Amino acid sequence: MNAAEVAAGTAPVIVVDNLTRTFHTGHGRTVTALDRISLTVEAGTCLAVVGESGSGKTTLARIIVGLERADAGTVTLAGRAVAPKARRRELRRRARQIQMVFQDPQSSLNRRLPVSAAVDEVLRAHSGLGARARRERCAALFEQVGLEPRHLAARPDELSGGQRQRVAIARALAADPAVIVLDESVAALDVTVQAQILQLLAELRAEKGLTYLFITHDLSVVQQIADHVVVMRRGVIVERGTTAAVLGDPQHPYTQLLLECAPRPGWKPQRGVIRALRDEIAS
Amino acid sequence: MLSITDLSLTLAGKHADLAILRSVTLAVATGEAVGLVGESGSGKSMTLRSILHMAPVNATVTGQILLDGLDVLSLRGEDLRRMRSRDVSMIAQNPHAVLNPVLPVERYLVEGMHDAQGLATRLARVRAGELLEQVGIDEVDRVLRSYPHQLSGGMLQRVVIAGAIAGKPRLLLADEPTTALDVTTQAEVCAILDECRRELGMAMLFVTHDLDLAAAVCDRINVMKDGEIVETGVPEQLRDDPQHPYTRALMASRPAGIGWTRRGGTV
Repeated sequence: MNAAEVAAGTAPVIVVDNLTRTFHTGHGRTVTALDRISLTVEAGTCLAVVGESGSGKTTLARIIVGLERADAGTVTLAGRAVAPKARRRELRRRARQIQMVFQDPQSSLNRRLPVSAAVDEVLRAHSGLGARARRERCAALFEQVGLEPRHLAARPDELSGGQRQRVAIARALAADPAVIVLDESVAALDVTVQAQILQLLAELRAEKGLTYLFITHDLSVVQQIADHVVVMRRGVIVERGTTAAVLGDPQHPYTQLLLECAPRPGWKPQRGVIRALRDEIAS
Repeated sequence: MLSITDLSLTLAGKHADLAILRSVTLAVATGEAVGLVGESGSGKSMTLRSILHMAPVNATVTGQILLDGLDVLSLRGEDLRRMRSRDVSMIAQNPHAVLNPVLPVERYLVEGMHDAQGLATRLARVRAGELLEQVGIDEVDRVLRSYPHQLSGGMLQRVVIAGAIAGKPRLLLADEPTTALDVTTQAEVCAILDECRRELGMAMLFVTHDLDLAAAVCDRINVMKDGEIVETGVPEQLRDDPQHPYTRALMASRPAGIGWTRRGGTV
């Protein structure tokens, strides 16, 4: 199943059912990163998962792509169960369905190799193309993400943060996936660059019918890219809905607190308001 | 109280010299909060560091920095130490880099007050508790006994702020003090900074990449790009009528309308 086929269908492309994950942090202490989380993502849409540090949002992303295992619950990707210990063939199949873009491309790109090597590696694993065809494909992918041919031979440190993130997106696209999981993928970028990358992601989604799961702490990023939002706090989904509904008329006090604390024109942070909302959440 | 005139900073490179700051001119009045907003590499942190003589060793600094008439760049030895300990404090982005990981945070606060103000250790302990209350910490005793790894980033940043205001400095330099924090903690820390500043009549130079945050915390904002200040104004002016194309680009990068205000007014 490739992106176009998924986009044509109406079935949810990601189904997460009752996912639970507890970490043991030593001295008998445990942290419940995910507490019976269920959600679905329809094909061709973008779901944002919002929360602060420790909310469990990254653990959720890692389980969905199969980098981490759940204690209980299931993840179904385009109708197939995601198991962390899959056979090689199954892993290859999954890689063509779901790819991930991390926060910091500096640490996910090899600093000794030209950045095109990262993309070529994925093509070698998944495309079955010969060397020459791969070079052409690589150049085409670079063009799609707004990079120039001269960037192909550049090492990561010769590129800006935005350009490196474009390489990471090109690498994800190289597997021709239906779904891309973006884990704080614009968080380390300056705002003007952030706006450009979000624009690029929106264009790619429209063009290829991609489905996004966007993990972020930033509500203004949610507003710019997502159709739906789930708000997570301490491993639990406290609110979910369309972006317009959740950001425009938040029901849960925690969502209200997040919105209240978002810097915006004319805003003055007030401890009284923050404290009142915190009390409401606690009760 | 602080006036920076034609501050330039050049780093000696292997092949060519690199101009980091180009003729930066800015002023901060007594008790005023001034923002320095720009993207990474724009020179905003380097401006702060120049004030404390913390520029890299291969840097050449020219221009003038006056602190209540005192020529800061010419200070040496004991005079420099006095300026750093009494007149100007700095808060950095990452509190973990400031606090000693193997000592309880009380030691950080007490040591600072003992060395800089000559306060007896016993009195410094009492004062440390008062300072933590001032920055909104409830369980003062527990926090004082804690090691940095036992506290959250927001709690640690409050401890660092407490240390920074301990000597009642006239000027606080804040270098992205909330960037590493969650939004809800950021809002609280900003509110605390604002309260402390007003109570102590302290001036503040606030460095951030977030124009909206600077607007909330500062009376005036300088927008920096490539080592130059391209625009200066009060927040409303920059928002409603930005003059420089770069300020306009910054404004356009963030969608308006985020944020929600609790119905029924403030609490």
